[in-house]
Amino acid sequence: MPMIQRIQSAPPVWKYPEYRPTDKTAIFVPCYIDQFYPHAAVSMVEILDRLGVRIDFPSGQTCCGQPAFNSGAWDEARKVVRVFAKTFADYDWIICPSGSCTAMCRVFFEHLFPDDPEITGVGKRVVELTEFLVNVLGVTELGARFPQKVTLHIGCHGRRELGITDQPVKLLKNVRDLEYIELPHMEDCCGFGGTFSVKFPNLSLDMGRAKCENIASTGASVVASIDTSCLMHIGGILQLDPQKKKIRPMHIAEILNCR
Amino acid sequence: MSESKLHPQEGFPFQKKEMHDLCVCGGSPATAASARRSNDAYTKMLERTPEFQQWRENAHAVKRFAVQHLDQLLVQFEQNLQKKGIEVLWAADAEEANRLVLEIAKKHDVKKVVKSKSLVSEELQLNKAFRANGIESVETDLGEFIIQLAGQRPTHVVIPALHLTAEQIGRLFEEKLGEKFTAVHEELTAIARKHLRNHFLTADMGVSGINFGFADTGSFTVIENEGNAGLSTSTPPVHVALMGIEKVIPSVRYLPYFLSVLPRSATDQKLTTYTHIFHGPAPGRKMYVVLIDNGRTNVLEDPFTQNTLYCIRCGACMNSCPVYHRVGGWAYGWIYPGPIGAVLNPHLCGMKDAGKLPFASSLCEKCAHVCPVKINLPEQLVHLRNISARTPGSPADSVYQKLLWRTWSFMNVRAGRFAFFMGLIRLGTRFARFVPKPLRILEFGAWTKGRAVPTPKGQAFRNWWKKNRKNTQSESKK
Ligand code: SF4
Repeated sequence: MPMIQRIQSAPPVWKYPEYRPTDKTAIFVPCYIDQFYPHAAVSMVEILDRLGVRIDFPSGQTCCGQPAFNSGAWDEARKVVRVFAKTFADYDWIICPSGSCTAMCRVFFEHLFPDDPEITGVGKRVVELTEFLVNVLGVTELGARFPQKVTLHIGCHGRRELGITDQPVKLLKNVRDLEYIELPHMEDCCGFGGTFSVKFPNLSLDMGRAKCENIASTGASVVASIDTSCLMHIGGILQLDPQKKKIRPMHIAEILNCR
Repeated sequence: MSESKLHPQEGFPFQKKEMHDLCVCGGSPATAASARRSNDAYTKMLERTPEFQQWRENAHAVKRFAVQHLDQLLVQFEQNLQKKGIEVLWAADAEEANRLVLEIAKKHDVKKVVKSKSLVSEELQLNKAFRANGIESVETDLGEFIIQLAGQRPTHVVIPALHLTAEQIGRLFEEKLGEKFTAVHEELTAIARKHLRNHFLTADMGVSGINFGFADTGSFTVIENEGNAGLSTSTPPVHVALMGIEKVIPSVRYLPYFLSVLPRSATDQKLTTYTHIFHGPAPGRKMYVVLIDNGRTNVLEDPFTQNTLYCIRCGACMNSCPVYHRVGGWAYGWIYPGPIGAVLNPHLCGMKDAGKLPFASSLCEKCAHVCPVKINLPEQLVHLRNISARTPGSPADSVYQKLLWRTWSFMNVRAGRFAFFMGLIRLGTRFARFVPKPLRILEFGAWTKGRAVPTPKGQAFRNWWKKNRKNTQSESKK
């Protein structure tokens, strides 16, 4: 039963089914968040707890297969996607704190398994956290407080495959004492691009530095994102720049969980 | 096709440099600035033209139909062209096309050719062929004229001299044409105009491209802004029009869709200054259409890649592309730069030569959202990456890559293995800082070129969950 239907247009518009508290709901924590940025996932769990969303963390989960898929190693990606699909087969909702991994599951599983509705069906049930909060639950106010200047970067897959543009903005604007400053050239790519960042480091860095210039120009003390992968790259650049290393990269869930 | 098709035009050592060029920010600052400006104009145009999305759908639908029925349409097109007294020639590749054009030139005793802008003629390197046969050929599009003077190759499909500033063009005119230096746009145009006028009058043959061919009427369209295409096709007694086989559409009735999207996407114009529709030669004159394959049927074979043949060469994708902004047009090694180049060149030139191009993208997908005929460029890129990795001899087909991804999948198919390997990597990140520069190799070296290595704190999330939470729903399939 494909639950989410994609309507062809730009930016994409998705239809979401209704969430019922009895629905089986899991969280998918992307590999690098699991290992490198666990606090982002913990924040997500606490936010969902407070909203009364009952969640599981299926322990068999690893990666969504995106790195291999984007590098052309499709056979290897397929092996991992099969594991993903098996792990999450029982769940109606799979909430993920990353736009790019969600896009991989929802959109690109179809490229790997064009004739396997079971696997692509699982992929279609993956939703990104802010999307789930705003579009599915209809929640934009989480009772958070965060007294800092914050700017926001939205990863390209979240923006262009999932159509995530104002969901995180709405959430941030409702955080008490938070001053939201829009990032100039917000729709530009930060240059991470997965393996692109190590295959073409010069280009990736140049794009990243341009992004960091824009971030610094806002005067924000925190740069938030729905994608920790972009933040790993952006943060890595910021950290080596004496003028900019004070700017803190944070996953949006961490901010929404502050009170 | 054994010999490499990616080739330099004299004066530029592309071949050795191109793969290198792709990796460095070597584009001229003018490239980034003008491409960005065009992209900004495009974004504003979208805002004031809500109908545009519908036009894109229409243009896409017509192209899809056309490409799917290409065989029938081409036959119909040929028959109808012939009915109008236009001679039709077919060329399988660049070599054959050049030979055919040269034969026409010989037949009509041509000494001088005027050319309006045509990308397919760049594919053929037609100017070189003319020169080798003692025929003078003059590019009459302002941008192409500049490029020809400079002995370079275009860096953009619509704006060939995008990478040059007015200042540089002024210097070029000073040096090559003996004109007084100026950087004023109007004066530069006037200089080019002065030099070109005479060529139109003395040329024996005109060569043009074709934007759209109409199967039902046997006519075709050339759109332009400068009037040079009109002059080069109508002043000399012979007109040769070159056309890639994918440019045919079923009917002239659909032309308005394309006229609505093409100029808007290319140069933010509602319409180009001139839209010529050719219906056959005037009395006493000759008109030829050369239909050129040059690798296009390779693309047709796979229904997924067919999409890339919809391209109407508007340049919007490269204007939007952050990689193109940084590397410029030449880095793509062939005629087509930017995202469409990264997708088309591997098909047209072979994976061995161009297999690296699909990887030169961060997959930000901006191009897909601007393309007026809705080519799914990023999806094409990832598919090509897969093909590239499977093609023996392509740059992506390396033992290292295979090993890397095999290890990756090995560790990712079991959660236990995953935790173990990731634990090792986590441990590694603690010591990353202490690794001396020369030992920073491969991916690690590339990452640390200008980025700090993330330093994870505390336990992995899965351990936190095990300690603090329980799965309350199902975990049946464990
Ligand atoms: S791929 Fe699309 S955007 Fe790019 S040049 Fe072709 S038609 Fe224009």
